[in-house]
Amino acid sequence: MLATVASLVQNESSSGNDGLFLNQFLLLGGVLFCIGVYGVLARRNAVMVLMSIELILNAVNINLLAFGAMNNDVAGAVFALFVIAVAAAEVGVGLAIVLIIYRNRHSVDLNDVDAMKG
Amino acid sequence: MLENAWIIPLIPAASFFLILFFGKKLPRKGSELGIAAVGLAFVLALVTNVQWFTHVNDAEHKAEETEQEAVGTGHAATGESAAVVQEEPKDGHETEEVEGHHFEVQPETKEWTWFENGGVDIKVGMLLDGPAVMMLFVVTLVSLLVHIYSTDYVAGDRRYTHFFAFLSLFTASMLGLIMAKSTLQLIVCWELVGVCSFVLIGHWWEEKANSDAALKAFITNRVGDVGLLTGMITLFFAAGQTFDIATINAKALDGSITHTALLVASLALLLAVMSKSGQFILHTWLPDAMAGPTPVSALIHAATMVVAGIYMVGRLYGVFYEGLSIGVSSVNALAVVGGVTVIGGALLAFVQNDIKKVLAYSTVSQLGYMVMALGVGAWTAAFFHLFTHAFFKACLFLGSGSVSHAVHSFDMKKDMGGLKKWMPHTFWTFMVSTAALIGILPLAGFWSKDEILAGAYQLGGAGNYKAFMIVGVVGAFMTAAYMTRCVYLTFFGEFRGHGHPHESGPRIVVPLYILAGLAVVAGVANLPAALAPGSVELRFEHFYEPKAAYFPSILPVFDAPEFSWGIALFSTAIGLIGVGLAYLWYFKKAGPHGLSERSALAGTGYRVLQNKYYFDWLYTDVIVGATKGPIARAAYWVNQNVIDGIVNGAGRFATLLGRLTYKYIDQGVVDGAVLGSGAAAEEGGQIFRKLTSGKVQQYGALLFGATAVFAGALILFV
Repeated sequence: MLATVASLVQNESSSGNDGLFLNQFLLLGGVLFCIGVYGVLARRNAVMVLMSIELILNAVNINLLAFGAMNNDVAGAVFALFVIAVAAAEVGVGLAIVLIIYRNRHSVDLNDVDAMKG
Repeated sequence: MLENAWIIPLIPAASFFLILFFGKKLPRKGSELGIAAVGLAFVLALVTNVQWFTHVNDAEHKAEETEQEAVGTGHAATGESAAVVQEEPKDGHETEEVEGHHFEVQPETKEWTWFENGGVDIKVGMLLDGPAVMMLFVVTLVSLLVHIYSTDYVAGDRRYTHFFAFLSLFTASMLGLIMAKSTLQLIVCWELVGVCSFVLIGHWWEEKANSDAALKAFITNRVGDVGLLTGMITLFFAAGQTFDIATINAKALDGSITHTALLVASLALLLAVMSKSGQFILHTWLPDAMAGPTPVSALIHAATMVVAGIYMVGRLYGVFYEGLSIGVSSVNALAVVGGVTVIGGALLAFVQNDIKKVLAYSTVSQLGYMVMALGVGAWTAAFFHLFTHAFFKACLFLGSGSVSHAVHSFDMKKDMGGLKKWMPHTFWTFMVSTAALIGILPLAGFWSKDEILAGAYQLGGAGNYKAFMIVGVVGAFMTAAYMTRCVYLTFFGEFRGHGHPHESGPRIVVPLYILAGLAVVAGVANLPAALAPGSVELRFEHFYEPKAAYFPSILPVFDAPEFSWGIALFSTAIGLIGVGLAYLWYFKKAGPHGLSERSALAGTGYRVLQNKYYFDWLYTDVIVGATKGPIARAAYWVNQNVIDGIVNGAGRFATLLGRLTYKYIDQGVVDGAVLGSGAAAEEGGQIFRKLTSGKVQQYGALLFGATAVFAGALILFV
């Protein structure tokens, strides 16, 4: 996929239709990000929130790849790889927390998890 | 040696420390160190003297040569200048007569900077001129003889080592005082000899009387020190911030210092002379100082330390000469103090039963002669008398020590009498010195006393100092009489003591003979011109009188008295009459004995003398008594009212202040701040707790919202 996106962006930039495809990738990222934010803020299910976080991270990855391809630089791809690795770890931790919450409360509804209420 | 004479005081100074640290371990307990040091100092002083004579003679020859050269070139010159030469002898004639005064002898000086302070260099150094060289000889000689004498006199004493250590320190300080270049150095040495005097008077301090006498000497001298410091400070500023003695003198003489400043300085310094040299009215410590061991009395309280005052005046003679107008007046403070002391001291010597006290009052009286001589302007006479007096008075004191060594007492009336038979050596030396003191021709005292009298008769302004000559003659009469009494009570009549007195050992007798010998011949040092061939006349004046810009001899009014047969014979006759009357009174029991019981007037006079003019009573009872009571009461009143008032007031004020502080600041401000901050924190917490709902998504919404706001701001404003 990376190679495809990169070749697409490069092709477009070399074909003279400058920034058209880049804009579309950025728009895709922005939409994904907004969906992710909505999911994080609005879903009651903790698992869904975790999935929405993954959406946000992937929106970022698309941005990184798009800019990296635009500048013909592999650094964007490297950063995206790091983000994927970190996201995997984060999801592991997050699911473990959710699992423990479920075990204790038999619920994964975030509205029930308000022990920090001041 | 002249330029290195500063080593001489350092030798006994070193021996002081050596004796103090190692003296007790030595076979002779430190005395050998003291004798060796002072002996070496004496030898060096002799060398210095001889070289000084050469130095003076060289200066004289050089002056003569240049004078001849000037005359020679004058003759060789043209007729015009020949006319000038023709006139010259008229001027030159006068200078010829007083030629001795008119060549200059520069003193040998050396100087080191001690420390610098505010632009003023404090220097120590050596000013070696005639009087200093003369005193070097006197001090080291008498000190050496006293050291030898003491090895016998204080043998077996528990503080034998200590005694010799302080003799060394005294010798060092006295020599330092003699050669002092600056007034500051003079003051330091002046105090050092005072401390040594204090320590040695109180050598046997276990007895209350001795330690009292030491304290009295010390405290009386503090009174004089006030004057010393005042005078020296005045001179320091008047002479343009300098401590240098020669500079101060030169400035005093050439008129760069105002007469008022000189007068103030000399009167203040006169106070110091009165305390140190036992002049009326601060003489009271000197007779009490006889509580010390006799060698100490001979060295410190007869020959050397007590003449420090005289020496100081002679050293700063330019200041005194100008300040008191000695050259042109016929009465001045210095002469009056000296004159009163001559008579007052001599009268007191009549009623003393303690042989040393007779000698002490005699010393007071003789020191009066010296001060008087300085007062009338007879500088050389004063120093010559100092010179001769040192020998015969030291001999008398050591003789009295020898006597007391034999009879274990100083009381002439109770424990002496008839000692002529038992102690021939002491007797003869004592007699010779007595004769010298009385002023019998041709012994030392005759020449020096006569010079003082001639000075009083001839010097000064209109009318001269004739009144003081009469004082001197009366003093001579009384000196003769009280010494006859003293000799009678000690050596003639029946022995009134216990046991069998015996002559003292050689270490006591030999110094007596040496001093008695000097008492005979010392007068030769300054034979008057009328009596001696040119080469030996007035040698003392020739060698020892300073001849430089810092001495009044550069002034035209300054003059030395001429020898006068009239005065000499008159004073000798008066002295002999004194001896004769005293002889008749004491030996032959002639005259109205018991007068003091029969006549109220004579009785009163006798009581006044017995009580030493009530000076001690005046000082201890009237002045001290009158001051200490009121001072104590005043202090108590101040304590009760002022200090307690301040303390109580401060306490009350503090209480009030505390209450106010508690009420307003503590309760109001501090507590208000504390409580208010607590309340504010609580209210704030109540408001903010609503934010912490515990709902993660609400937190997240805030996070994103805030991020969005900041991002918007970033885009809009950056």
